[in-house]
Amino acid sequence: MDVTTLLIILLVGALATYFSGDKWAPKVALLFGLTAFAGSICLLSQYNLGNDINNISLWISKPRIYFALHADGLALTMLLLTTALTPIIIYSSFGNTYKNAKAFYALILFMTFAMTGTFLAADGILYYIFWELSLIPIYFIALIWGNGDAEERKKAVVKFFIYTLAGSLFMLVAFVYLYQKTGNFLISDLSHTNLSSTEQFWIFLAFFLAYAIKIPLIPFHTWQAEVYQKAPTVGTMLLSGIMLKMGLYSVIRWQLPIAPLAAKEFMNVFIGLGIAGVIYGSIVALRQKDLKKLLAYSSLAHVGLIAAGAYTLTIDGLRGAVLQMIAHGFVVVGLFFVAEIIFRRYETRAIAEMGGIREQTPKFTSMFMILVLASVALPSTFNFVGEFTVLYSLSQVNIWFAILGGTTIILGAYYMLKMFQYVMLGETNTKVFADVTFNEGLTLVIIIAVLFFFGMYPKPIIDLITPSLENILTQVNRFN
Amino acid sequence: MNTLIAITGLGVLCLLFEILNFRKAIVPITIIGLLAVLALTVSEFNSPMSYYNNMIVVSKYSTSFSSLFIVLTIFLVALSHDFYEDHPTKISDFIAIKIFMLAGAVAMVSFGNLAMFFLGIEILSISLYVLAASNRVNIKSNEAGMKYFLMGSFASGIILFGICLIYGAMGSFDMAEITDWSRSAELPIWFPIGIALVTIGMLFKIAAVPFHFWAPDVYEGSPALTTATMSTLVKVVAVATLYKLLSAMNIDTNPYISAAFINVVIVISIASMTVGNIMALKQNNVKRMLAFSGISHAGFMLMTLLTISNSAGSLLYYASAYSLSGIAAFAVILYVCKNKDNEDIENFNGLGKNNPLMAVVLTASLLSMAGIPIFAGFFAKMVLFNQVIEAGYLVIVIAAVINSIISVGYYFKLILAMYNKEPNEAVAKTPFVFYAVAVVAIVLNIVLGLFPSAVLDLLG
Repeated sequence: MDVTTLLIILLVGALATYFSGDKWAPKVALLFGLTAFAGSICLLSQYNLGNDINNISLWISKPRIYFALHADGLALTMLLLTTALTPIIIYSSFGNTYKNAKAFYALILFMTFAMTGTFLAADGILYYIFWELSLIPIYFIALIWGNGDAEERKKAVVKFFIYTLAGSLFMLVAFVYLYQKTGNFLISDLSHTNLSSTEQFWIFLAFFLAYAIKIPLIPFHTWQAEVYQKAPTVGTMLLSGIMLKMGLYSVIRWQLPIAPLAAKEFMNVFIGLGIAGVIYGSIVALRQKDLKKLLAYSSLAHVGLIAAGAYTLTIDGLRGAVLQMIAHGFVVVGLFFVAEIIFRRYETRAIAEMGGIREQTPKFTSMFMILVLASVALPSTFNFVGEFTVLYSLSQVNIWFAILGGTTIILGAYYMLKMFQYVMLGETNTKVFADVTFNEGLTLVIIIAVLFFFGMYPKPIIDLITPSLENILTQVNRFN
Repeated sequence: MNTLIAITGLGVLCLLFEILNFRKAIVPITIIGLLAVLALTVSEFNSPMSYYNNMIVVSKYSTSFSSLFIVLTIFLVALSHDFYEDHPTKISDFIAIKIFMLAGAVAMVSFGNLAMFFLGIEILSISLYVLAASNRVNIKSNEAGMKYFLMGSFASGIILFGICLIYGAMGSFDMAEITDWSRSAELPIWFPIGIALVTIGMLFKIAAVPFHFWAPDVYEGSPALTTATMSTLVKVVAVATLYKLLSAMNIDTNPYISAAFINVVIVISIASMTVGNIMALKQNNVKRMLAFSGISHAGFMLMTLLTISNSAGSLLYYASAYSLSGIAAFAVILYVCKNKDNEDIENFNGLGKNNPLMAVVLTASLLSMAGIPIFAGFFAKMVLFNQVIEAGYLVIVIAAVINSIISVGYYFKLILAMYNKEPNEAVAKTPFVFYAVAVVAIVLNIVLGLFPSAVLDLLG
């Protein structure tokens, strides 16, 4: 199977969903989501057979832009994450009904299309195009189907859009500047340029602006909590589960190989920013009264740690970052889905109005508990593997980074368990809380199964990503 | 040359239709005629020629830009029928004026002699003065026509004065001779002064800062279709002409002028972008907003003057991308504000619910102007940035990027009104042509975005 086919499946899926009408749209979207997942499994098996997965052809002759898609182990991992989470997210939304559902589900598939393209693109401009394209669907998803007051939502979403666009435009300038040195935008050439350290510094900074806003890192995170809260849960899942991984992936794929000198020279600054995010996110999460906002800040803490891992420039750091990206992707989707399940029954996200749900819902409680424990990196869950590897890499750089970064586990355990206590325990709630439906249960079980399976047996993923990461590290170390 | 004759013939024919009482058929016949002219122009692309002692020079540059103007005119004529519904007796006049305006535009990009250049400007401008004031009973339209006429004739005077000085320095109106002699080391001081005056006059027509004061009032007061004409067709005509004129004067290689010239271009284009965008942020009238946005796009297009020797292709691409998205946006605006007495942003509330297709088209055209990928506006900006960085002017690119970010602020104001507000009133019926023009223009824009080489490589 050609790698382009996957993109075509998703794009056709978006169109087909739109034209299938409101009634059939969710099912059609799920079907195409599953097809895309099957497609990426197919690509994976080809890759394991030793085939090169790429498609490179000239698109624009002047300036020289290629339509270049290339999948190594790292890109394939992200591809699998995207195409696995998309059907889960679509399936999880079956319990809700949306106005104008055909447009809603079409936008979800279109966004998946753009994100898949971002992970696969091997030409800077093509990558930039997919990167920007993914912004448009989420903008409309949050704007039209979001919740809360329309004016506030508008403000939050516009801020989000302008922030991210501002960051990425500077990345575009960096690409155009690099083009003057190499004569094309292919990553294989860009990652071998010999820039002076001043040039590298500015290019690194331009990339950093784009990625720090997307991930988000402190101090560029101010859009995040508002948008996570105001977006419909499906949008929040897409944002936190997949889209912010675009930023982290891009750090590893584009930023580090292109400007490694700057990455090395200012390593402590960037790791420090990541760690600051961990501590800040955890402390702010402690004080949140809104369930979705709490999860948003906990997500801020986790991605801060992932970014810190990536900036260590060690094989363990990169590997841990990728593992933790996948683990975080699944667990955060699960947790936001839990918030949605509660919202479906109680119509509220305020933690104070919940409580005493445990008595009525044994199944829901245990699944929620497992997700909470996974999110605080309980050994034998996938998150433990990722978080531990990242902390280990941090200790190689500086033991204090590891100690400070480790607070994510302690503080995380504190605020997550406190949240669990207020939401689920306490005196029995008088309001009726029905236990999970089949749809909700299946979604959560799939997520939990993934987390446990790879928690016990992470080897397939590690084997898949390690060669690509070593390859990237040799590019990073080309100046030594 | 054949293009010019054919267009003029078509204009005369339009006037005759009035006598023959063919009013109903005038729009389709004119469009068919224009399509034929387009085919004729395209066929001349590979055969450069000069006519009448170098009065008219047909080159790749002139044919490609002429084709763009003809395409834009086709859209504008197509929109005319429903726009002038209330004045059925005048439709042939309005269409004839538009065709004559096109003749002026074609003359402006294919001039081989400064006299022809001035004739082209005047034909274009006089047609526009009439169109701006064409809504006779509306006091704002009268004001717009008057203001435009005063400012425009002032600018024409300055251009004429500049041409005289150039003639004084060179002893000829012929562009080929001027080009030859402008390479010599010893040039009289009148030559650069003349160039400066002509440039100032053209910047008036382009509405670049600091010569932009007339634009918002004129755009707001004129009938919406005339505003569409001015902000799409006329703007790109003026920029293309200025580009051709300055590159023929060898402005980039002349040791006395080039340094000052570069500084002036940098200042004017940064000022145009910034002032245009910041003023647009505050506007509540959509026509005014697009007027200011047009000023900022003029700033972007003027950036091509920095690399005047090799950026004709990217200017053509930028002009096509900008004007096609402008046409699509105006088709939607004409539809929304058809029976309203103003063009305030409130009229767009809830368009996403009332008429999803039109809302999508307007969204797409605004995204193209903002420079979001797959729309042609993105590649237009990217190619431009690439060329300007290659020439070593990183600062202006950073200013342009910051301006792109600001521009998102007001483009999104309109998008938000369409999708995030409740509709004010019931759905109005849409005439078919508005759909057709809006959709065709935006599809062309996206096609340009998917296959940029088709246009970028035309002019090498």
